[in-house]
Amino acid sequence: MSLIGQSVKRLEDHPLLCGSGRFAADVAVTDMLYMRVVRSPIAFGRLTGLRIAEALAHSGTVAVWTAEDVADIPAIGFRMTPIPDLEAYRQPILANGRVRYVGEPIAAVFAADPYSAEDIAELVIPEIEPLSARVDPVASPSEFSPGRSTEAAVITKAYGDLDAAFAAAHTVVALELTIGRHSGVPLETRGAIAVPEAHTGILRLYGAAKVPHYNRQALAAMLGLPLDRIHLHEGHVGGGFGIRGELYPEDVLACAAALRLGRPVKWIEDRYEHLVAANQSRGSVHRVRAAVDESGVILGLDDEFWFDQGGYLRTHGVVVTDLTCAMLPGPYVIPAYRSVGHVRLTNKTPCGTYRAPGRFEASFVRERLVDVIADRLGLDPITVRHRNFITRAAMPFRRGFSAVGTDIVYDTGDYAGLLDKFLNRVHWETLRTYVARRRQAGEKVGLGLGFFVEKSGLGPFDDVRTTLGGDGTIEVITGAASIGQGVETAMAQICADGLGTGLDRIRVIHGQTDRIARGMGAFASRVTVMTGAAVTIAAAKLRSELLIVAGRLLQTAPERLAVTGDRVVSRDEPAGPSLDLAEIARGAGGELTVDATFTTEHMTYPYGVHLAQVRIERDSCAIAVERFFVGYDIGRAINPLLVDGQIVGGAAQGIGAALLEEFVYDASGQPQSVTLADYLLPTIARSRRSR
Amino acid sequence: MSDKQDVTFTVNGDERTIHVEPRRTLADALREDCGLTGTHLGCEHGVCGACTVLVNDQPVRSCLMFAVQAGGARVRTVEGLASGNKLHPLQQAFWDHHGLQCGFCTPGFLMLAVSILERQSDITEPELREALSSNLCRCTGYQNILKSVLAAAAEMRK
Repeated sequence: MSLIGQSVKRLEDHPLLCGSGRFAADVAVTDMLYMRVVRSPIAFGRLTGLRIAEALAHSGTVAVWTAEDVADIPAIGFRMTPIPDLEAYRQPILANGRVRYVGEPIAAVFAADPYSAEDIAELVIPEIEPLSARVDPVASPSEFSPGRSTEAAVITKAYGDLDAAFAAAHTVVALELTIGRHSGVPLETRGAIAVPEAHTGILRLYGAAKVPHYNRQALAAMLGLPLDRIHLHEGHVGGGFGIRGELYPEDVLACAAALRLGRPVKWIEDRYEHLVAANQSRGSVHRVRAAVDESGVILGLDDEFWFDQGGYLRTHGVVVTDLTCAMLPGPYVIPAYRSVGHVRLTNKTPCGTYRAPGRFEASFVRERLVDVIADRLGLDPITVRHRNFITRAAMPFRRGFSAVGTDIVYDTGDYAGLLDKFLNRVHWETLRTYVARRRQAGEKVGLGLGFFVEKSGLGPFDDVRTTLGGDGTIEVITGAASIGQGVETAMAQICADGLGTGLDRIRVIHGQTDRIARGMGAFASRVTVMTGAAVTIAAAKLRSELLIVAGRLLQTAPERLAVTGDRVVSRDEPAGPSLDLAEIARGAGGELTVDATFTTEHMTYPYGVHLAQVRIERDSCAIAVERFFVGYDIGRAINPLLVDGQIVGGAAQGIGAALLEEFVYDASGQPQSVTLADYLLPTIARSRRSR
Repeated sequence: MSDKQDVTFTVNGDERTIHVEPRRTLADALREDCGLTGTHLGCEHGVCGACTVLVNDQPVRSCLMFAVQAGGARVRTVEGLASGNKLHPLQQAFWDHHGLQCGFCTPGFLMLAVSILERQSDITEPELREALSSNLCRCTGYQNILKSVLAAAAEMRK
């Protein structure tokens, strides 16, 4: 029986259940220094000085660094969607002359004990002349630095004749929609442990996640190290959601300090720091207009939006704005389209990507708009969606512009078919009648539905090295990363299936830059598609090579042999002579290694629908999500148990974003959401049992 | 702040004496002084519950308790749940029902659930949801955590 499609239990769970995981804070070596970052208490101002004498005088102080100490280290560059001429908006690793958000690193202190490091950090006094903070991304741009506007970029994606569409419109529907600032808020805060290895001259950074190979290159370049003198190591990672693992000032500071102070340096973020320093996302204001005919068909869609970028452009460049423009049309034809996204710098925590960047925002704006169109024309919102869907016959569908460096071409999709199936499955008519009856009885209860087109499998490549070892186990080394999504299990299933061996033979290695030369990491829902495809190729290659060796040893033609569990047997004579995988490895000179690469120019575009039944309490205005359904065409599931886990977890984060979560700032740019009692995550009390 | 004191307590049945500052949290003492890093710190302000351990069988947030307050107490952590290779029914149920993704909140949920089920293995689902709502998970959306604890409760009633 094929292992693909089986809900096998996760291979990675045992250490996590027994308390023997190794998360960033669990990494310890001898002679460590602890770094504590001093952060700006002011949203915008001139940093005229730092009083550090008292901190230097503390008995536990090893070093206190300010911008002058790291003046030779450049600002952090762009990993994605670089646009020329934006370098001036990058973040320095310690603020130099200006502070641009509360939480910006302005100094770093180093001590042999973490409690002392906190004591010492409190003795560093910044001298800041406050300036008037920018908190509204829509207000007219001002000066970021001499000659530079707080509008860093304007991104436009357009096609078709928009003027003609609006001239021909039966009705124009216009909305202004605001999306709050959210972030991933993983349960594990960030951490970086930089260890200079005296005997090899190699600097090792533990606590890496998401994109270890890219960060290795970036750090080597920033610190002036040859690439072979730095390696990144991913341990257990306590949640990612897009925000963890990007290169941040603290990672660079820890590495620089380890090199310059000649001792291992450990930095573990606290929760307050996380909520003011790690990437936030999504905050934006959209003004959207749709030209529609009398049947609800959208003739043209015109959106202008302002993205609240925060104090600097970080590693993601302008990718969130780019993707919002690209993904707004979603599942609908929309013959004429224009989206204009303003990337506006404000005095808040800088932004990057957070789970489904651009799609969360675009899906909300588009689906809200479709509901209002239906309402305005007195039509059924399901009917309006059906009338606008791209048909199955139109696939593959070329949108007419690109994003994240690839042309947007929807690979497959039967949007109408999925919606019909979904509505049938949830007994839509019964549900609607039931809710209508409750409304008549005076309850404030309703049904809301949203359709989305997602993107996954971002290329351009993934490499895999697979080795059959002398002990008969198979090691699969990938450049992917694990952020808790079950990479090891999924890759092992694909590998074991391709080879014909059992799952227990396979070990999956990821996130180690000293084990494989290249790697893309884990983002953009890419790992199962990209790494999985590379593992498929590697498994087929290894199988054919090990059968050649077995054929030689058994004096049988390789095509007459089969792999079953841990042995190679003859197809013609299954009970006859056979070989253990370990014997084959020995026959091949100790081990057998194959390399494989998968490349692609295009992403895949899964799609689906969410439906919520929501009640509002009349007296308290409390909102209760009574039922929540998801219908999702994800293609072929490698492990349905893991797929369900991702969908349910994603839905919970989406509900949290819609109802609970928001990073709020006051008029002076002071963050108001600085503990988990302010930034509210969904709890189990709000969840229902899924069926 | 450096007047260190000796504190003695048992952790998972072993007696430990550590020499710590009065301000040292129980969580840091377990992790750094006892080497038991299975207890995780998610917020250090008592909201997330990742650091939940049992002190005299009561669930406590070890980030909000000083190590010196645990003098003479019986402390239980996630490392003490399994007996050799045999997982505790809760650990087994979390594995069987995909009750964890990144696994960072898992030790806290396991210890909280242990304390609940040891007191009341016939707990109803609404009561259980209420009791488990003191801890946060960011990955799973909780459905599988609820399934796992209910399954373990059934197993522990046998």
